Amino acid sequence: MAQITFITNDNQTITLEGTAGSVMALAVENGVSGIDGDCGGVCSCATCHVHVAPEDMHKTGPASEIETDMLELDDNANEYSRLCCQIEISGALDGIVLTVAN
Amino acid sequence: MTEMPTKKPVCVVIGASHAGVNFAFALRKEGWEGEILLYDADPELPYHRPPLSKTYLSNDDGLDKNRLQAAERYNKEQIVLKLGETVVSMDGQAKHIVLADGGIQPYDKLVLATGARPFMPPIRGIDQAKNLFPLRTAADVAHIREVLRLGTSKEVVIIGGGYIGLETAASLRKLGASVTVLEREERVLARVTAPEMSAFFNDLHAAHGVKVFTSKNVVAIEPHGEANEVHCSDGTVYKADLIVVGVGIVVNKELAQQAGLTIDNGIRVDASARTSDESIFAIGDCTYHYNPHYGRYVRLESVQNAVDQAKVAAAAIAGKEPVYDTLPWFWSDQYDVKLQMVGLSQGYNQVLVRKEAENPNSFSVWYFLDEVLLAVDAVNQAKAYVLGTKLIKGGQRIDKTQLADPTVDFKLANLLSESI
Ligand SMILES: Cc1cc2nc3c(=O)[nH]c(=O)nc-3n(C[C@H](O)[C@H](O)[C@H](O)COP(=O)(O)OP(=O)(O)OC[C@H]3O[C@@H](n4cnc5c(N)ncnc54)[C@H](O)[C@@H]3O)c2cc1C
Ligand code: FES
Repeated sequence: MAQITFITNDNQTITLEGTAGSVMALAVENGVSGIDGDCGGVCSCATCHVHVAPEDMHKTGPASEIETDMLELDDNANEYSRLCCQIEISGALDGIVLTVAN
Repeated sequence: MTEMPTKKPVCVVIGASHAGVNFAFALRKEGWEGEILLYDADPELPYHRPPLSKTYLSNDDGLDKNRLQAAERYNKEQIVLKLGETVVSMDGQAKHIVLADGGIQPYDKLVLATGARPFMPPIRGIDQAKNLFPLRTAADVAHIREVLRLGTSKEVVIIGGGYIGLETAASLRKLGASVTVLEREERVLARVTAPEMSAFFNDLHAAHGVKVFTSKNVVAIEPHGEANEVHCSDGTVYKADLIVVGVGIVVNKELAQQAGLTIDNGIRVDASARTSDESIFAIGDCTYHYNPHYGRYVRLESVQNAVDQAKVAAAAIAGKEPVYDTLPWFWSDQYDVKLQMVGLSQGYNQVLVRKEAENPNSFSVWYFLDEVLLAVDAVNQAKAYVLGTKLIKGGQRIDKTQLADPTVDFKLANLLSESI
């Protein structure tokens, strides 16, 4: 179980609890604005872009190679960027804060 | 004088899949305060289609993991789902739709998101064949899985070597089936990619034990005990306990046709997804629309097109003047290979292949019309996909020698031609 906080572009703060699956799926299920997940979570659409709070980066680890490449489609990407369909929910994420990129 | 309560406007959507569902949520986001009614003949809570031939077929990870939206989200956004309900006709003059049970639903705005259905080729005996299915719906997958679960022998013939046929082949191999693909053209993926790509996928499937046969025109299917015999025009015969047909689609355009809307290779719409009737919009696989980048009308079968056109229609109904001009993109996953495509390659006169030095399974195919980059197919090479997207959008002149040279660092700046 992990508590995951999303901060959306319209400055809403939403804290959700997840047990399994991807962070993208949790966000879509709860209608977190700005996370669309159009490709269903296979790292093909880049519509699930978040910025991980710098102090939480160790909880997710860095983006994979394909993720890093795909993130280049978004001008908004930086070293804290992740495609959150590629982040699996586990206890290790507990307390993490993610800012939705778009 | 008493004031009449103003009646809320009604937006009716026919088809609750990628296009219809994304449209409904986008319309709410645009601030539409009227009713939104979403009809679909399929009784299932709307789901993602791409996994049907991929992970949902091979892993059976459950349809609930593949929903487009959770059930509560429709309630929350006051989007009324009318599942298992087929719309049998529509009347643009009277502004209503008619349901299979005779019920009539008036609308102020109507959105056709009716998509497409599998094309069933006129093969002799196809209607009597045992365990023959297309692959378009969750029910199709359930049937296929059930046959494999019950059967002792698992000989599968897939008719059609397009994306759906090949993805299905990969997934059924994972499930332990013996798989034969019969493709009518000289190569698989002939309609959509260059020969280099066809050769790669042919070899990939062969390496995974799939028997891929090309130039095979299936002419008849005959019963053979509990199974079928699939006959080709060259006299070859293949035994099949299960047959999957993936030879293309037919657009669901009958409602629009009967209502007198303009139809070409699909339902014709303008840049804001409006049909020839100004209260009726059409989005997704069912549309024939103008692509400004390529300067021609196209019909696309992709999630990208369904989602982006849905957003355009929602904005138009909300009173904006959107222009649909997204660069088309698509993906396909087979085994551990990820294929990503951007642009439309049709009409190319030159193909460049860039192979990455360090990984032979990672390469990209670049389609040019003279100096203009039309499209890129990237295999296990998201970087090529991203660079291709930027270069097609930017329209800059490309240095082809640099591009084809794997020792040149794969960066935008290195690929631009110096001459202006
Ligand atoms: C197996 C498979 C794999 C795919 N893989 C990919 C992929 O990897 N990447 C990609 O980008 N795209 C892929 N696609 C294509 C993608 O799924 C389609 O482009 C997308 O589903 C189109 O969405 P749509 O809403 O326009 O139409 P559809 O998904 O066809 O939905 C139309 C809906 O309308 C309903 N309907 C039609 N007429 C009526 C009526 N009269 N009354 C009530 N309901 C009606 C139908 O029941 C259907 O649910 C794949 C498709 C399939 C089948
Ligand atoms: S959901 Fe498509 S890339 Fe994450």
